[in-house]
Amino acid sequence: MLVAENITKRFTGVTALDQVCLEFLAGQVTAVIGENGAGKSTLMKILSGVYPDYEGQIRYNGEPVRFNSIRDAQACGIAIIHQELNLIPYLSITENIFLGREITTRWGTLDQKAMRLKTRELLEKLKLSIDPDTLIVELKVGQQQVVEIAKALLVESEVIIMDEPTSAISESEVAVLFSIINDLRSENKAIVYISHKLDELFTIADRYVVLRDGKSIESGSMQGIDHDTLIRKMVGRDIKSIRRQSADRVHTPLLSVENLCLKHPVRVQENQLKNLSFDVGRGEVVGIFGLMGAGRTELLETLFGLHPKRSSGTVRIDNQQVQFKAPIDAIKSGLALVPEDRKKDGLVLGMDVQTNISLTALENIEQTGLLSQKKEATLAKKYIADLRIKTPSEKQTAKNLSGGNQQKIVLSKWLATSPKLLMLDEPTRGIDVNAKNEIYKLILQLADEGMGIIVVSSELPEILAISDRIIVLCEGSLTAEMAIADASEDSILKAAIPDIKSERAKE
Amino acid sequence: MQLTVNAYRPFLTKFQSLIALFILCLGISLLSDKFLTVANFWNVLRQISVNVCISTGMTLVVLTAGIDLSVGSVLALSGAITAGLLRNGIQLPSANLYIGFTLLGATLAGLVTGSGLGWFNGWAITRFKLPPFVATLAMLTIARGLTMLWTEGFPITGLGDSFTFLGTGWFLGIPLPVWLSGIIVAVAVLITNKTRLGRYIYAIGGSESAARLSGVNINKIKIAVYSIAGALAAVGGLLVTSRLDSAQPNAGTSYELDSIAAVVIGGTSLSGGRGSILGTVQGAIIIGVLNNGLVLLNVSPFWQQVVKGFVILLAVIIDKSNSKAE
Repeated sequence: MLVAENITKRFTGVTALDQVCLEFLAGQVTAVIGENGAGKSTLMKILSGVYPDYEGQIRYNGEPVRFNSIRDAQACGIAIIHQELNLIPYLSITENIFLGREITTRWGTLDQKAMRLKTRELLEKLKLSIDPDTLIVELKVGQQQVVEIAKALLVESEVIIMDEPTSAISESEVAVLFSIINDLRSENKAIVYISHKLDELFTIADRYVVLRDGKSIESGSMQGIDHDTLIRKMVGRDIKSIRRQSADRVHTPLLSVENLCLKHPVRVQENQLKNLSFDVGRGEVVGIFGLMGAGRTELLETLFGLHPKRSSGTVRIDNQQVQFKAPIDAIKSGLALVPEDRKKDGLVLGMDVQTNISLTALENIEQTGLLSQKKEATLAKKYIADLRIKTPSEKQTAKNLSGGNQQKIVLSKWLATSPKLLMLDEPTRGIDVNAKNEIYKLILQLADEGMGIIVVSSELPEILAISDRIIVLCEGSLTAEMAIADASEDSILKAAIPDIKSERAKE
Repeated sequence: MQLTVNAYRPFLTKFQSLIALFILCLGISLLSDKFLTVANFWNVLRQISVNVCISTGMTLVVLTAGIDLSVGSVLALSGAITAGLLRNGIQLPSANLYIGFTLLGATLAGLVTGSGLGWFNGWAITRFKLPPFVATLAMLTIARGLTMLWTEGFPITGLGDSFTFLGTGWFLGIPLPVWLSGIIVAVAVLITNKTRLGRYIYAIGGSESAARLSGVNINKIKIAVYSIAGALAAVGGLLVTSRLDSAQPNAGTSYELDSIAAVVIGGTSLSGGRGSILGTVQGAIIIGVLNNGLVLLNVSPFWQQVVKGFVILLAVIIDKSNSKAE
């Protein structure tokens, strides 16, 4: 029904999708699986018209099509339901469903009655017995999802893409969702189902497509394949290890964390981080792996003093107990954080290279109370040379540099504070291979010089390549800790993927 | 043709305000022979000095991606406090208490009032995470109300020659208000370009989260910036009060609009992080010259407002197309 042929999508310096071919059939649920960064969401964005420029061809019912906008794709009958739902909280269900497609009376006013009737009809079909005038904020997440599906059905979508639909909903809501999917399947709709939760796929999907590193690896029937084979297909690559030889060195402790908890910002009784305890030694690289929502970023943010009111537990640096009220306290204690979103949190994009580098260390370039231009330029030039940042000059605006060079600026700005512990969140996301390797080398070099390093990554090869020790997080808990010698992609993934069966057993 | 435009683009962008100002002056001087005279020159500069003071503070606020709507009211209250204390001191007949104020004391009290109200703005914005628009809109009303209470709705006049000298006097052939605003601008330029405070102001406006993660105390800087804006509005209040020898209860009404206009025409982005004090000064001069020219050309005050509005629009449109071209 929907066929993609040789789809290639390049972002500046990175090939996100490389000659991807796949096929979605009517009346079937197709699971798209792959690690983080395998290209799933890019592919879905192309299929739903978010990215209009790509190479290759999409055929829909045999006809070649090209979607220039989401509306285009919708008009053809392709609807996408994003992980973050696109509903307007203070409008009613009816108003949301008909947003942009309102039915009007012949006077040009809204035909509330007709819309409400149609909404009720759709909701009934989806077995959601709730008043169409209810505001979205009053609905549970699972119900909101049903509203999204209703929205897709209103425009008579033939292909419905669901991106991680169960990531935020409860067990019973999952059951409702699955029965809806079953109904849609029997109506001959093509369902594309993206999820990390492999167990779900065995329940609901008919076929699977595996993406890896932007390539389509394999597709086939879910029957006759098992959990472990599927994981192997997702991972299945040779690891080019630049693993360190000094892994057996004994590290003197630098950071020690005991029973670290972080409350959820909204659902206060729930914890985003659950009793985490671990150490990082001087000169040690600790890799932290976890899937989306495992609490990786939250862990680094908490250590860096960004959530002082919601966190509890004991943190020691050099055997001194510390309690950070703000990042400045963490920085003074020798911590540094290279954040995940480099464009928003790492850099002030509109500022030039030297201003960004000196931002953490302005005291050092002050002379009688005023900033010294000369000292600032010297500082910047030192790091531009040391880290081989490719920039026309230290006065270039950060926005104009490539991802790899931007990341090097972020690293420079932290190295300028001479940290004891460097925390990196997805340090190589969206960065080309060469810059990646340079950053790996730098990380290892810094560790050899005695710096403690935490690398959070959702890329297994990266974790395996540079870590001395690996910690796996799953839904806020520490589920595995292993020395690099004992680690494998399989064992890490197994610890990272939430196990529905064991959760059921708990309940 | 396209090529030549592109080649000159950086030059045009850099000096757009100056070029606009030059064209404006040229046009007005062709239409009116009263424009290009020494007397009118100082007249214009003296008139804009109040707006320059206020707009310097406004620029700092806008650079952090904020806004301060309360400057006009803060100006009025600070001026009225100074005038009231100077004229009447503090009298509490019940306690048989009378405190007289010297010129210096009354002036300082006005400045403390302004920075205090600014501090309150900053505190409300950071403590309760209020949008600056809302917090300073509230202050606009509060400070105006307090001005009415303090003055009981009547102007406070008869403030003495030594006080009016500030607004009307000359020093080395240059009017005192021009000296004062010039010094303020010089200090502000130094702060924005050469100090940590200035750097942090730009960083917060450019990316608040990146600044926070770099260890910048966002709240402290914001409170400082709003306090400075309040203090500079108070300086404006002193100038206005002194020039008129009278604190008017409705002084400074809608000054915030001229001030925001100066900032915007001067090329400072309302979303923060980009702009400069000197740009704002140029913006203030453009507005001042425009006002002056329209008066000299006998344009009705109603049309003056319409013209000013379109100039602001034009300035922002040009600025937008520039940032796109980057």
